[in-house]
This record gives sequence, C-alpha cells and structure tokens, in this order.
Amino acid sequence: MKTSSGSPTNKKQVKSEGHPSGDDRFKALDRTMKRFNFEKDSLLEVLHDTQEIFGFLSDDLLIYISTHLRVPLSQVYGVATFYHFFTFEPLGKHNCIICRGTACHVKGSDVITQALSEEFAVPIGKTTEDGLFSLTTARCIGSCGLAPVAVLNGAVHGKQTPQSMITLVKDVLEQETEVLEQGEAG
Amino acid sequence: MTLEKLERMAQRERQRQEKFERRIFCCISTACLSAGAGQTINALQEAVDACHCKENDVEVVQTGCMGLCSRGPLVRVEDKSAETLIYADVDVDLSQQIISKHVPMRKLTDESIPEEMQELRENLKKARRRKRLEKHILGMDSPFFAKQEKIVLRNVGHLDPEKIEDYLAHGGYSALRHVLQNMTAEEVCDEILRSGLRGRGGGGYPTGLKWKSMHQEESETKFVVVNGDEGDPGAYMDRTMMEDNPHQVLEGMIIAAYAVGASYGYFYIRGEYPIAVDRIRRAIRTAHRNGILGKNVLGTDFNFDAAVRIGAGAFVCGEETALIHSVEGKRGMPRMRPPYPSTSGLWGKPTIVNNVETMANVPPIINRGADWYANIGTEQSKGTKVFALAGQLTNTGLIEVPMGISLREIVYDIGDDVPGDAEFKAAQTGGPSGGCIPHEHLDTPVDYENLSKLGSIMGSGGLVIIDSTTSMPEFARFFMDFCVDESCGKCVPCRVGTIQIRILLDKIIAGSGEPEDLNKLEDLCHIVKDTSLCGLGQSAPNPVLSTLKFFLDEYIALIPAQEPA
Repeated sequence: MKTSSGSPTNKKQVKSEGHPSGDDRFKALDRTMKRFNFEKDSLLEVLHDTQEIFGFLSDDLLIYISTHLRVPLSQVYGVATFYHFFTFEPLGKHNCIICRGTACHVKGSDVITQALSEEFAVPIGKTTEDGLFSLTTARCIGSCGLAPVAVLNGAVHGKQTPQSMITLVKDVLEQETEVLEQGEAG
Repeated sequence: MTLEKLERMAQRERQRQEKFERRIFCCISTACLSAGAGQTINALQEAVDACHCKENDVEVVQTGCMGLCSRGPLVRVEDKSAETLIYADVDVDLSQQIISKHVPMRKLTDESIPEEMQELRENLKKARRRKRLEKHILGMDSPFFAKQEKIVLRNVGHLDPEKIEDYLAHGGYSALRHVLQNMTAEEVCDEILRSGLRGRGGGGYPTGLKWKSMHQEESETKFVVVNGDEGDPGAYMDRTMMEDNPHQVLEGMIIAAYAVGASYGYFYIRGEYPIAVDRIRRAIRTAHRNGILGKNVLGTDFNFDAAVRIGAGAFVCGEETALIHSVEGKRGMPRMRPPYPSTSGLWGKPTIVNNVETMANVPPIINRGADWYANIGTEQSKGTKVFALAGQLTNTGLIEVPMGISLREIVYDIGDDVPGDAEFKAAQTGGPSGGCIPHEHLDTPVDYENLSKLGSIMGSGGLVIIDSTTSMPEFARFFMDFCVDESCGKCVPCRVGTIQIRILLDKIIAGSGEPEDLNKLEDLCHIVKDTSLCGLGQSAPNPVLSTLKFFLDEYIALIPAQEPA
C-alpha cells in the first residue's frame, strides 16, 4: 500500500546533472522532481511544472520525465494526453483564449472565435505561421458574470464583441511589427 | 499557548480595524479585476494619500466578491457615522469622486506637498462638484441584496483573503477550537447529520452520513479531499470561495478530518484557477505557521496536514473516484462503486471527498448550531445554496439564497429580468449534467428534489438564463459537444452513445431529420442514462431530454414536412 508519505521512491536515483544539451531549464525541472522525492504519484504535478517551464510538452521531455520518475513512457504519455490542460505544440508569442463556457456561449462567444480566426487567418486551436499569434478556446475561465470573456496574453477582457476583440489583437500585433521594423532600421 | 496567540492576533486586528473612522473596500476578484479593479484600487489609495488624512482616519482594503459581478469594479464604503454604501462600475474618475465625497481633505501648507500631489488635490476638489456619483450607488435594500441570505459567503467581500488575522478577527477558527476542545469526533458527525447539510457538489448525499460511515472505518491512515475541480462551464462558486475566503474552506476541512479521523488532506483545484491555487497554498502556509495545521493542531493531540494538487482540465475528475485517481497522478478515470471511497479511496485507504462549498458550510454550522441551520430551507434540503447567476439577465454575479426560494424570485427579483426586448425562455441548472426549466415551472421551489423532478439537477450551482434568441436544440448540442469531449472513454454507453446523440442532433439541426429521429434520440438518451458507469454518462443526456420534454415544438419545427407518398 502506498501513502503520500510512504510511497516508493526511487532509491538509485540519477543525480541531478541537468540535460546533456546543457539547457538550464532542465535544472528547474530536476528541482521540481526532487521536491517530490521522485515519487511516481507526483507525475501530474511534474507535468504541470514542466509545461510551465518549457511552455509545452515535447516527446523529449516526456522521455526525460519517464526516466527520472521511473514511470513507463506509455503511462507518462497516457496521463499527459488524458488532460486538456497539456499542450504538445509550442504556443505563439501572443496567445488569445476565448472562453466557451455556457454563459459565454449564450452571449455569442462562437461568433468572436470565428471572427478572430478569419481576420488573422489562423485555425482555432492553432498558431499563425510566423509563430506570433495563437487562437485557443477554454472550457470556462470562471468569469461568467462578464460574459463573453477572452484572455489576451494573460489579461482577462469581459463583455467583448467580435470587433472589440479584433481591435485588441490588432493592437498587440501592430506593436510587434513596430518593434521588428525598429530593429531592422537600427 | 497557540490558542492565546490566536486570540491575541484576532483581538489586535479587531482593535486595529475599529480605530478607523471609515474603511473603503475594493473588490479585486477576477471579474472585477478584468473590469479594471486594479486601476480603481490604486486610484483610491492615491486619492486617500493626497487627502493627507489624520492617522486612523481611513483605510483602503482589498477584498473579495461582493456579488454583482456584471457591475464591477465594486467599491463599498463603511463609515462609522454614515450608512454603508456600495458603488458600481467604479473607474478612476469615479474613485476620486468617492474619496472627495467621503474623506475629508486636511489643509496643508503648500510647500509641504509634492507637485504631482498638488495636482491630484486640485482634481479631488473639482471632483466634488461633479454629480455623477448618485447613479452608481447600489441600494442595499434592492432585491438583489435583500433576497439573499449569506451563510457561506457571509465574510466574502468583507475581509482581505490573504490575511489570516482578518479571518480570525471575523471569528475565524472558533468553530475548530470549539470542536477540538468540547466535542468528540462522533458528536461532530452527529451535529452535521442533524443540520441536514447535503453535498453541494451536485450529488446531494447527506454529509453527516458520509462522515459517519468513514468515522466507523478502522484504518490508521485516512484522507480528506476537498473537491475544487469546478468543471461545470458557467459556474464559479468554488473559485470565489477559495479565492476570497480560503481559510473558511480550510477550517471546514480540518473539522472534517477531526470528525472522520483523517491525518492528511488534499485540495484538488482546477488548473485554470491559478489565483485559487495560490490563495489556498498561502492559507495552508500561514495556518502551519500559527499552529492550526501540522502536529498538535491548536495544542491538542490531533495531527493534520494538507497539500494542494492541481487538476489539469478534465470534467470527469469532479467524479470522486476519478478525482482520487488524478490525485494519485494517474489518468482521471472513474471506477465502479462500491467499494465507496469511504472504504477504499486514495491508495486504497478510506477517503472522504467533499465539495468546497460543503466544507465552507461546516464552520457556520458548528458556530451557530445544527438547529439554527436546519431551520433554513425546505423539508429535505437545508441551508442555502450559492449560485453563479449568468447569461441573459440584467444582474449577473454570485448569489446565495435559502433553499426553497422560487426560480421566479431569482430571475425577476435578484436577476432583474432579461435585458432589452428579448424574453425569458429557460433557466439552465446543473451545467452539462442538468436541464432547462421553462417559464411555466418558474414557481418551482429550488431544492434537490424539485429540480430533479423537472429532469434537471441542483448541480454545483451554475444557473444560466437563456432568452428567446437561443435555439434549444442547438443549446442541447452545445452541452452534448462538451460531453463528447469530456467522456473519458472507459465505458461504451458514454463514449459511443454521446457521439451518436450528437450525430442525431447535427442531423436534426441541419434540417435533414426524419420524424422517427426524435424517438431514436429519446431512446438513445435513456440507454446512455441507464447504463453508463459514472455520473458524467448518467447525466449527459439530461440537457437533451429536458429540452425534448419542454421544447419539443422547436425540434419538430426543424424536421421537414414529409412529402406524401
């Protein structure tokens, strides 16, 4: 029987030497696994932290976790793909999440998503080819009193319309091109 | 020792608060923040600073949800010598007007004031002459506030969620103290049973019974899990509770642990709620520092500790056996019951899983007694219920009402009717597991039994109002889409059945349905309902069944008339 305190830890542990690639972010990941004593039960927490550190879960990362927690790769993959929160592709530099909870749905969040997708030529759930902008949806972000709601680069915007969202995204992307142009000019 | 220290902390904080002539509360919960509460609270503080008040004249406090989220940011002014007022839609300009109205500006010689503050002072003087303020006052006697009864949310919006002192000053942890000093575990279970409290996550199982059966289990290791995996799209009661008064949930959890004999507990919180995760973690840390968690809780020989586990976006994890698998770091799939988690849960040990709101009900019940609680509500459903009121209403936000209130009162009094020319069509409760209640049943009292009689459920507390612009078959398809996505795939009726239901709905909505499709749809719904493994599958057809029952004409209208043979 396992308990939270007595769960089998992996005694012969690989020392935290980081990743052969020399990528420092792996040290942060090692610290997370160490904090949980390399317990197998901590898989979900480790996946959360990994996504936070790297932005997404690559095959390489899943293999790394599997080796260090000594959980079969099939199980790591099975858990990671079960939950919607994990993503296996890098997101764009700017990310827009449209809430499609019930309250937002009845107030027309679909129309907003469709409008953004057409305006910026990006399929829903994908990133533009230049890697600048991703359009994703969320089940519910719990701001139903302000429906319809969108999250642009972490900031929540309530009571939106297709036009207001397009303007917001355009502003963000225009700043991006300005920075680029300035960079080229300089 | 610990007790005295806590008492002193509470005393000191109460005295500190009482010193202030007036206290200005600004809501910084998610809804108000996205409406600009960040700027509002800064503007309030700057304006107060510019007034150069005497010491202990005024304090600006960040606090939690005041309820009327659609009119955020909300600011409440509590003045010792005047009536308490709540202002809605407070922007920077309005904050200056509020301060200039309520806070006396101290005269100072000009040299002592920095230039930019001089400018702000001039602005404040001018602001006093503007007359915009009256329109933003929310009457405390308006139906939105008057019809509510706050037990769970009583202190939400009145205290700073990040300060344990504030919770203590509001009588926090006194229930825990009473339980540990004066009650046996069995007496606690009995008290909760007598209060009539039922699970607020949707199931409605009597909490006291659950605790009792777990109390009787003989095992050295037992666990308590607080279910904060609020997956119902359109609901945010648990989020608000965890964000705006985390210590009340924690106190309920510790009392539960004492009653059932658990020594370790987990908060399972949705990954989409980073602030809730942060506040609960902070609450656990401060409770630890003050001897409320850990070894010898409050100086007694009771030991209990807690940790946070973060969910990762799976609706099915709201089901207790799936949730337990997820806490163990596995795929969140449910399993057959029995054995119930109270016999075999986390790592095979007895475990109780209670919803956030259920836990938050526990401290008030202990403080004010089971009899008091049992007096509120209806015969079968006691106490109050928190609802996230959303959709097509003038007033949307977080409300707490006594069980047995009619839907009509919620929609027309608290919600203040559907805005614009559209008309009320249905109230949807219980999210993807619930149903739609039409106009003719608006007088139904809201409790567990009456809602399920109508083919809906109480659910966790999502209450979405739909107006005449929404097509019901499409609305049913929206929920079915959700269930198709969220079905974990373990049992066939749910995995395959939900997809087949959606295909039928697609066909009907596209206008190529045949008359017998409606019968097929209903049969299929009953098969999925009767044969699925867990609550997700068993309730997934509810939105379709209830719309077929009350809005059949909308389905029929979509089916093309048959050409005569």
